[in-house]
Amino acid sequence: MNIWLAIIGMGIITYALRLGPIVLLERIEVGGTARQALRFVPTAVLSAIIFPELFMPGGTLDISLGNERLLAGLLAAVVAWRTKNVLWTIVVGMAALWILQALG
Amino acid sequence: MSPSSPRTEFLAGVRAELPIALGVIPFGLIYGVLALAAGLNPGQAQAMSAIVFAGSAQFIGTQLMGGSAPLSVLWLTTLVVNLRHLLYSTSLAPNMRALPRRWRWLLAYLLTDEAYAMTAVHYANHQTPLTYKHWYFLGAGLLLWTVWQISTAGGIFLGAEVPASWSLDFTLALTFIGIVVAGLKERPSVAAALSAGVVAVLTFSLPYKLGLMVAALTGIVVGVILENTSSTSRNL
Repeated sequence: MNIWLAIIGMGIITYALRLGPIVLLERIEVGGTARQALRFVPTAVLSAIIFPELFMPGGTLDISLGNERLLAGLLAAVVAWRTKNVLWTIVVGMAALWILQALG
Repeated sequence: MSPSSPRTEFLAGVRAELPIALGVIPFGLIYGVLALAAGLNPGQAQAMSAIVFAGSAQFIGTQLMGGSAPLSVLWLTTLVVNLRHLLYSTSLAPNMRALPRRWRWLLAYLLTDEAYAMTAVHYANHQTPLTYKHWYFLGAGLLLWTVWQISTAGGIFLGAEVPASWSLDFTLALTFIGIVVAGLKERPSVAAALSAGVVAVLTFSLPYKLGLMVAALTGIVVGVILENTSSTSRNL
Protein backbone atom coordinates (compact mmCIF):
# COMPACT_ATOMS: atom_id res chain seq x y z
CA MET A 1 0.00 0.00 0.00
CA ASN A 2 1.23 3.45 -0.87
CA ILE A 3 1.00 5.11 2.53
CA TRP A 4 0.96 8.65 1.21
CA LEU A 5 -1.83 7.88 -1.23
CA ALA A 6 -3.74 6.26 1.61
CA ILE A 7 -3.31 9.27 3.88
CA ILE A 8 -4.28 11.79 1.23
CA GLY A 9 -7.35 9.76 0.32
CA MET A 10 -8.39 9.65 3.96
CA GLY A 11 -7.89 13.40 4.15
CA ILE A 12 -10.01 14.11 1.11
CA ILE A 13 -12.84 11.93 2.35
CA THR A 14 -12.79 13.48 5.80
CA TYR A 15 -12.67 17.02 4.46
CA ALA A 16 -15.48 16.33 2.00
CA LEU A 17 -17.71 15.21 4.86
CA ARG A 18 -16.88 18.33 6.81
CA LEU A 19 -17.15 20.79 3.94
CA GLY A 20 -19.93 19.24 1.88
CA PRO A 21 -23.01 20.37 3.76
CA ILE A 22 -21.54 23.81 4.40
CA VAL A 23 -21.03 24.36 0.68
CA LEU A 24 -24.18 22.61 -0.51
CA LEU A 25 -26.46 24.35 1.97
CA GLU A 26 -25.20 27.80 1.07
CA ARG A 27 -28.04 28.41 -1.33
CA ILE A 28 -30.56 25.90 -0.06
CA GLU A 29 -32.68 26.93 2.85
CA VAL A 30 -32.99 24.22 5.47
CA GLY A 31 -36.67 23.42 5.92
CA GLY A 32 -38.78 23.40 9.09
CA THR A 33 -38.51 19.83 10.26
CA ALA A 34 -34.89 19.55 9.17
CA ARG A 35 -34.01 22.65 11.13
CA GLN A 36 -35.86 21.26 14.10
CA ALA A 37 -33.92 18.03 13.81
CA LEU A 38 -30.61 19.89 13.61
CA ARG A 39 -31.24 21.51 16.96
CA PHE A 40 -31.03 18.10 18.58
CA VAL A 41 -27.72 17.16 16.97
CA PRO A 42 -25.37 18.37 19.73
CA THR A 43 -27.41 16.77 22.52
CA ALA A 44 -27.84 13.48 20.69
CA VAL A 45 -24.27 13.14 19.43
CA LEU A 46 -22.60 14.14 22.68
CA SER A 47 -24.86 11.80 24.66
CA ALA A 48 -24.00 8.99 22.25
CA ILE A 49 -20.34 9.63 23.02
CA ILE A 50 -20.71 10.09 26.78
CA PHE A 51 -22.86 7.08 27.72
CA PRO A 52 -20.49 4.33 26.54
CA GLU A 53 -17.60 6.13 28.22
CA LEU A 54 -19.41 6.17 31.52
CA PHE A 55 -21.27 2.87 31.42
CA MET A 56 -18.75 0.74 29.50
CA PRO A 57 -15.30 1.98 30.49
CA GLY A 58 -13.46 -1.18 29.57
CA GLY A 59 -15.69 -2.04 26.67
CA THR A 60 -18.14 -4.07 28.75
CA LEU A 61 -21.16 -2.83 30.66
CA ASP A 62 -20.34 -1.92 34.23
CA ILE A 63 -23.11 -0.44 36.35
CA SER A 64 -21.48 -1.30 39.66
CA LEU A 65 -20.23 0.98 42.42
CA GLY A 66 -16.75 -0.05 41.32
CA ASN A 67 -17.10 1.95 38.12
CA GLU A 68 -15.38 5.14 39.20
CA ARG A 69 -16.00 6.95 35.92
CA LEU A 70 -19.70 6.31 36.18
CA LEU A 71 -19.89 7.66 39.72
CA ALA A 72 -17.73 10.67 38.92
CA GLY A 73 -19.74 11.29 35.78
CA LEU A 74 -23.06 11.17 37.63
CA LEU A 75 -21.76 13.58 40.22
CA ALA A 76 -20.53 15.84 37.43
CA ALA A 77 -23.98 15.70 35.85
CA VAL A 78 -25.54 16.87 39.12
CA VAL A 79 -23.03 19.71 39.33
CA ALA A 80 -23.77 20.64 35.72
CA TRP A 81 -27.48 20.62 36.47
CA ARG A 82 -27.14 22.89 39.51
CA THR A 83 -24.46 25.28 38.25
CA LYS A 84 -24.93 25.17 34.46
CA ASN A 85 -21.19 25.76 34.49
CA VAL A 86 -18.93 23.54 32.38
CA LEU A 87 -15.75 24.46 34.24
CA TRP A 88 -17.13 23.43 37.63
CA THR A 89 -18.41 20.24 36.05
CA ILE A 90 -14.90 19.35 34.92
CA VAL A 91 -13.21 20.34 38.18
CA VAL A 92 -15.61 18.41 40.40
CA GLY A 93 -15.70 15.46 38.01
CA MET A 94 -11.92 15.09 37.83
CA ALA A 95 -11.55 15.57 41.58
CA ALA A 96 -14.19 12.92 42.21
CA LEU A 97 -12.51 10.52 39.80
CA TRP A 98 -9.08 10.95 41.34
CA ILE A 99 -10.45 10.56 44.87
CA LEU A 100 -12.38 7.43 43.93
CA GLN A 101 -9.34 5.97 42.19
CA ALA A 102 -7.16 6.73 45.19
CA LEU A 103 -9.69 5.09 47.50
CA GLY A 104 -10.22 2.13 45.20
CA MET B 1 -24.03 43.20 27.36
CA SER B 2 -20.43 43.73 26.34
CA PRO B 3 -20.00 44.18 22.60
CA SER B 4 -18.56 41.27 20.71
CA SER B 5 -15.53 41.68 18.51
CA PRO B 6 -13.34 39.28 16.55
CA ARG B 7 -10.84 39.37 19.37
CA THR B 8 -13.27 38.69 22.21
CA GLU B 9 -14.94 35.92 20.25
CA PHE B 10 -11.61 34.33 19.32
CA LEU B 11 -10.35 34.38 22.91
CA ALA B 12 -13.68 33.09 24.18
CA GLY B 13 -13.42 30.16 21.78
CA VAL B 14 -9.89 29.37 22.90
CA ARG B 15 -10.84 29.59 26.56
CA ALA B 16 -13.90 27.40 26.13
CA GLU B 17 -11.93 24.78 24.24
CA LEU B 18 -9.02 24.62 26.73
CA PRO B 19 -10.28 21.77 28.95
CA ILE B 20 -11.20 19.68 25.94
CA ALA B 21 -7.83 20.33 24.35
CA LEU B 22 -6.17 19.17 27.55
CA GLY B 23 -8.17 15.95 27.46
CA VAL B 24 -7.11 15.30 23.89
CA ILE B 25 -3.38 15.22 24.72
CA PRO B 26 -3.30 11.57 25.87
CA PHE B 27 -5.06 10.53 22.67
CA GLY B 28 -2.49 12.38 20.59
CA LEU B 29 0.40 10.77 22.40
CA ILE B 30 -1.11 7.31 22.09
CA TYR B 31 -1.82 7.84 18.39
CA GLY B 32 1.81 8.80 17.80
CA VAL B 33 3.10 5.66 19.43
CA LEU B 34 0.55 3.43 17.69
CA ALA B 35 1.22 4.94 14.28
CA LEU B 36 4.90 4.14 14.52
CA ALA B 37 4.11 0.66 15.79
CA ALA B 38 1.87 0.14 12.76
CA GLY B 39 4.79 0.80 10.47
CA LEU B 40 4.41 4.43 9.48
CA ASN B 41 7.53 6.54 9.50
CA PRO B 42 7.54 9.69 11.66
CA GLY B 43 6.87 11.99 8.70
CA GLN B 44 3.83 10.01 7.59
CA ALA B 45 2.47 9.70 11.10
CA GLN B 46 2.79 13.43 11.74
CA ALA B 47 1.42 14.35 8.32
CA MET B 48 -1.70 12.31 8.94
CA SER B 49 -2.50 14.47 11.94
CA ALA B 50 -2.59 17.49 9.65
CA ILE B 51 -3.99 15.94 6.48
CA VAL B 52 -6.73 13.87 8.09
CA PHE B 53 -7.03 15.60 11.47
CA ALA B 54 -9.54 13.11 12.86
CA GLY B 55 -8.53 11.09 15.92
CA SER B 56 -10.66 7.99 15.64
CA ALA B 57 -10.07 7.70 11.90
CA GLN B 58 -6.34 8.03 12.48
CA PHE B 59 -6.36 5.31 15.11
CA ILE B 60 -8.34 2.86 13.00
CA GLY B 61 -6.58 3.89 9.82
CA THR B 62 -3.09 3.19 11.08
CA GLN B 63 -4.18 -0.21 12.38
CA LEU B 64 -5.58 -1.05 8.93
CA MET B 65 -2.37 0.14 7.27
CA GLY B 66 -0.34 -1.99 9.62
CA GLY B 67 -2.54 -4.96 8.81
CA SER B 68 -2.07 -4.43 5.07
CA ALA B 69 -5.74 -3.87 4.37
CA PRO B 70 -6.69 -2.89 0.82
CA LEU B 71 -6.94 0.81 0.07
CA SER B 72 -10.66 0.51 -0.61
CA VAL B 73 -11.32 -0.92 2.83
CA LEU B 74 -9.26 1.80 4.46
CA TRP B 75 -11.09 4.58 2.63
CA LEU B 76 -14.52 3.06 3.18
CA THR B 77 -13.76 2.70 6.86
CA THR B 78 -12.67 6.33 6.99
CA LEU B 79 -15.94 7.36 5.41
CA VAL B 80 -18.08 5.42 7.84
CA VAL B 81 -16.09 6.33 10.94
CA ASN B 82 -16.28 10.02 10.05
CA LEU B 83 -19.91 10.09 8.93
CA ARG B 84 -20.99 12.04 12.00
CA HIS B 85 -19.10 15.09 10.65
CA LEU B 86 -21.88 15.36 8.09
CA LEU B 87 -24.23 16.02 10.98
CA TYR B 88 -21.93 18.62 12.47
CA SER B 89 -21.48 20.40 9.18
CA THR B 90 -25.19 20.36 8.40
CA SER B 91 -25.98 21.68 11.83
CA LEU B 92 -23.56 24.62 11.53
CA ALA B 93 -24.09 25.41 7.86
CA PRO B 94 -27.02 27.84 8.30
CA ASN B 95 -24.89 30.01 10.58
CA MET B 96 -22.04 30.14 8.12
CA ARG B 97 -23.90 31.26 5.03
CA ALA B 98 -22.77 34.86 5.17
CA LEU B 99 -19.10 33.97 5.53
CA PRO B 100 -16.60 34.45 2.72
CA ARG B 101 -15.51 31.28 0.98
CA ARG B 102 -12.09 31.22 2.61
CA TRP B 103 -13.63 31.23 6.06
CA ARG B 104 -15.97 28.37 5.27
CA TRP B 105 -13.21 26.25 3.80
CA LEU B 106 -10.90 26.91 6.74
CA LEU B 107 -13.52 26.34 9.43
CA ALA B 108 -14.67 23.14 7.74
CA TYR B 109 -11.11 21.85 7.97
CA LEU B 110 -11.14 22.51 11.73
CA LEU B 111 -14.47 20.80 12.33
CA THR B 112 -13.76 18.04 14.85
CA ASP B 113 -16.06 16.58 17.53
CA GLU B 114 -14.38 18.73 20.10
CA ALA B 115 -14.54 22.01 18.20
CA TYR B 116 -18.10 21.27 17.15
CA ALA B 117 -19.29 20.71 20.71
CA MET B 118 -18.33 24.18 21.94
CA THR B 119 -19.13 25.98 18.70
CA ALA B 120 -22.61 24.52 18.29
CA VAL B 121 -23.59 25.61 21.76
CA HIS B 122 -22.21 29.09 21.17
CA TYR B 123 -24.11 29.46 17.90
CA ALA B 124 -27.28 28.22 19.58
CA ASN B 125 -27.11 30.97 22.18
CA HIS B 126 -29.26 33.59 20.49
CA GLN B 127 -28.73 36.13 23.22
CA THR B 128 -25.36 36.99 21.71
CA PRO B 129 -25.01 38.41 18.21
CA LEU B 130 -24.00 36.16 15.34
CA THR B 131 -21.71 38.74 13.77
CA TYR B 132 -18.30 37.50 14.91
CA LYS B 133 -19.05 33.98 16.08
CA HIS B 134 -16.93 32.49 13.32
CA TRP B 135 -13.97 33.87 15.27
CA TYR B 136 -15.06 31.78 18.25
CA PHE B 137 -15.18 28.76 15.97
CA LEU B 138 -11.70 29.66 14.71
CA GLY B 139 -10.31 30.05 18.23
CA ALA B 140 -11.68 26.75 19.42
CA GLY B 141 -10.68 24.94 16.23
CA LEU B 142 -7.16 26.34 16.07
CA LEU B 143 -6.43 25.52 19.70
CA LEU B 144 -7.58 21.96 19.20
CA TRP B 145 -5.56 21.68 15.97
CA THR B 146 -2.40 23.00 17.61
CA VAL B 147 -2.67 20.74 20.63
CA TRP B 148 -3.34 17.77 18.35
CA GLN B 149 -0.27 18.42 16.22
CA ILE B 150 1.95 18.91 19.26
CA SER B 151 0.71 15.92 21.21
CA THR B 152 0.94 13.58 18.22
CA ALA B 153 4.48 14.86 17.69
CA GLY B 154 5.13 14.08 21.33
CA GLY B 155 4.04 10.51 20.82
CA ILE B 156 5.94 10.14 17.54
CA PHE B 157 9.23 11.82 18.24
CA LEU B 158 9.54 11.44 21.97
CA GLY B 159 7.69 8.19 22.50
CA ALA B 160 6.09 10.20 25.28
CA GLU B 161 3.28 8.78 27.26
CA VAL B 162 1.08 10.38 29.86
CA PRO B 163 0.56 7.93 32.70
CA ALA B 164 -2.84 6.38 32.21
CA SER B 165 -3.49 6.78 35.90
CA TRP B 166 -3.90 10.50 35.38
CA SER B 167 -7.08 9.78 33.42
CA LEU B 168 -6.80 13.12 31.65
CA ASP B 169 -8.95 11.83 28.83
CA PHE B 170 -11.91 11.96 31.21
CA THR B 171 -12.01 15.75 30.82
CA LEU B 172 -13.45 15.16 27.38
CA ALA B 173 -16.42 13.21 28.76
CA LEU B 174 -16.86 15.74 31.57
CA THR B 175 -16.94 18.65 29.15
CA PHE B 176 -19.57 16.91 27.08
CA ILE B 177 -21.59 16.12 30.22
CA GLY B 178 -21.43 19.78 31.16
CA ILE B 179 -22.61 20.86 27.73
CA VAL B 180 -25.43 18.33 27.45
CA VAL B 181 -26.83 18.73 30.95
CA ALA B 182 -26.58 22.51 30.89
CA GLY B 183 -28.41 22.48 27.58
CA LEU B 184 -31.32 20.28 28.63
CA LYS B 185 -34.44 22.37 28.35
CA GLU B 186 -37.58 20.28 28.26
CA ARG B 187 -38.67 16.71 27.94
CA PRO B 188 -37.79 16.37 24.23
CA SER B 189 -34.13 17.20 24.84
CA VAL B 190 -33.91 14.94 27.89
CA ALA B 191 -35.50 12.13 25.89
CA ALA B 192 -33.13 12.79 23.01
CA ALA B 193 -30.12 12.56 25.34
CA LEU B 194 -31.31 9.41 27.11
CA SER B 195 -32.39 7.55 24.01
CA ALA B 196 -29.17 8.41 22.19
CA GLY B 197 -27.14 7.31 25.20
CA VAL B 198 -28.93 4.02 25.69
CA VAL B 199 -28.79 3.11 22.01
CA ALA B 200 -25.09 4.02 21.96
CA VAL B 201 -24.46 1.49 24.71
CA LEU B 202 -26.62 -1.15 23.01
CA THR B 203 -24.90 -0.71 19.65
CA PHE B 204 -21.42 -0.34 21.05
CA SER B 205 -20.10 -3.47 19.45
CA LEU B 206 -21.04 -2.35 15.94
CA PRO B 207 -17.94 -1.77 13.83
CA TYR B 208 -16.69 1.54 12.43
CA LYS B 209 -18.42 3.59 15.12
CA LEU B 210 -21.71 2.91 13.35
CA GLY B 211 -23.34 2.66 16.74
CA LEU B 212 -22.62 6.33 17.28
CA MET B 213 -24.49 7.32 14.13
CA VAL B 214 -27.43 5.04 14.92
CA ALA B 215 -27.58 6.40 18.44
CA ALA B 216 -27.35 10.03 17.34
CA LEU B 217 -30.07 9.57 14.72
CA THR B 218 -32.25 7.83 17.31
CA GLY B 219 -31.86 10.72 19.71
CA ILE B 220 -32.68 13.25 17.02
CA VAL B 221 -35.79 11.38 15.90
CA VAL B 222 -37.01 10.92 19.47
CA GLY B 223 -36.46 14.59 20.21
CA VAL B 224 -38.33 15.77 17.13
CA ILE B 225 -41.25 13.39 17.67
CA LEU B 226 -41.66 14.37 21.30
CA GLU B 227 -41.43 18.04 20.51
CA ASN B 228 -44.09 17.76 17.83
CA THR B 229 -46.48 15.60 19.84
CA SER B 230 -46.32 17.86 22.88
CA SER B 231 -46.97 20.97 20.82
CA THR B 232 -49.89 19.41 18.99
CA SER B 233 -51.49 18.32 22.24
CA ARG B 234 -51.12 21.85 23.53
CA ASN B 235 -52.89 23.20 20.48
CA LEU B 236 -55.86 20.88 20.89
